[in-house]
Amino acid sequence: MKPGSTGAACMAVIRRDLTLCWRRRGDALNPVLFALIVVTLFPFALGPEPNQLSRIAAGVVLVAILIAGVLALDALFRSDHDDGALEQLVLSPHPLPLLLACKTLVHWLTTALPLIVAAPLLAGMLRLDPGVLPVLLGALALATPLLSLLGAVCVALTVGMRRSGMLLALLVLPLYVPVLIFAAGACDAAQAGLPYLAPLLWLGAALVLALVLAPLACAAALRISIT
Amino acid sequence: MNTLTLWFHKFGSPPVFHRIAGRLAPWLYAGALLGMLIGLYGGLVLAPPDYQQSDAYRIIFIHVPCAWMSLFIYFFMAANAFVALVWRIKISEILAMASAPIGAAFTAITLATGSLWGKPMWGTWWTWDARLTSELVLLFLYLGVIGLNHAIEDRRQAARAAGFLALVGVVNVPIVHFSVNWWNTLHQGSTVRLIGPSAIDASMLWPLLVMALATKLWFFASLFVRARNDLLELEAGKEWARAEVLREGGTP
Amino acid sequence: MSSFLDMGGYGFYVWASYAVFFILLAIDFIAPRLRRRRVLAELRGRLRRQQRKNQESPTA
Repeated sequence: MKPGSTGAACMAVIRRDLTLCWRRRGDALNPVLFALIVVTLFPFALGPEPNQLSRIAAGVVLVAILIAGVLALDALFRSDHDDGALEQLVLSPHPLPLLLACKTLVHWLTTALPLIVAAPLLAGMLRLDPGVLPVLLGALALATPLLSLLGAVCVALTVGMRRSGMLLALLVLPLYVPVLIFAAGACDAAQAGLPYLAPLLWLGAALVLALVLAPLACAAALRISIT
Repeated sequence: MNTLTLWFHKFGSPPVFHRIAGRLAPWLYAGALLGMLIGLYGGLVLAPPDYQQSDAYRIIFIHVPCAWMSLFIYFFMAANAFVALVWRIKISEILAMASAPIGAAFTAITLATGSLWGKPMWGTWWTWDARLTSELVLLFLYLGVIGLNHAIEDRRQAARAAGFLALVGVVNVPIVHFSVNWWNTLHQGSTVRLIGPSAIDASMLWPLLVMALATKLWFFASLFVRARNDLLELEAGKEWARAEVLREGGTP
Repeated sequence: MSSFLDMGGYGFYVWASYAVFFILLAIDFIAPRLRRRRVLAELRGRLRRQQRKNQESPTA
């Protein structure tokens, strides 16, 4: 890879973010821990009866992972903004959307992937039907990158704000609702023995669209926030 | 584009906009109040009771115009946001941000009156069908725009960031509507029929249209009042603003 | 008159709806006026402070 080329820049961004995350690898488990706690609370709230739990299992796992994701979104730009690296990124001659896509990829690998790995455990705790688990994992594999990409656009708008947690949640909610609906719809259909491919295909289509458009929107939003 | 360029030419300069908006606002308020009086008289007194819903349907004269306004204002806000982001026009930034609270108010009225209409008609205060859910998401979008606008110090940057959010939301609302529709057909749960006279009687139609006009006039009146405030604050250092502050000396 | 208020038995819902409408519009009417008063007061104060500064150090 030629040094100074766009490819090298992307690799540099990826390597840097992975290294930074590795230096604080304990933190990467925080979203998983949070999702675990949320899922644990539901049997206490609703009673341990297995049939009741298995009916809501897929939905609760999806919501727990979604909320854990929202909490982890802030970390996407926070440290880079604090030490000025973000401005360097915006000023670099390489296409900003591409660099931001790389950052989002690393963010997904380090926050969402552990959640997907933990999903079978979470689902098991809520007595999810074993047959639904592959569909849940497939829905998560399609939905979580989508959530990361859409979330990146919203985080770009609130970058640098000190207490942006509640505002960020308000901003992402309208965007997350359709994703959640289709992911939960797929799991619901699988649970009822109905065909579940259609909602998964919709998620796939949305993901492909977001892979192209979201980094562009994220770059535009970032340029607005970092004037 | 033609109406936009006309708008721009008329209201392009801040002091001109401030003056014209100030002169138009009282007339717009008066027109709105007059329209409401006429429309509500037609709706509450003149129009006969509905065959199915008796007198409860009269909520329609509030609910439907406000629903139309919640959508109209959002598109108005998004259009101004687009102009503001592409051409960096100050007035568009101000109009976009000033529309948001008014839009949120109309959306809240729509949701509340819809709930009050649903309880006697469907037996429930709320149902998760596509229209109601989309309207709720619309309220969250408005609140998000307002919140983001307030969170950023620099007023112009705030307007651009919140305007960007509004544009993202424009794409989102039809998507939410579609996805909730799909989800409802999957679950087949709601046997709720969305009641609305499909062939609406003329005696019920004209008050509805008058109310639609009246709420539009109210929106523009309120928009001008709010926009003047924001403009004054934004341009505080300029000569015209200083002259205005000294001139007004405390009267609204 | 009482049948007008009763609205075929649905009086509560109809009048509550109209009340919500008028109350929220009243708030929409009053809020910007209060804000204008605040903005004018603040700007007047700023002007006064600027004039005072100009008098103390009369530089262009």
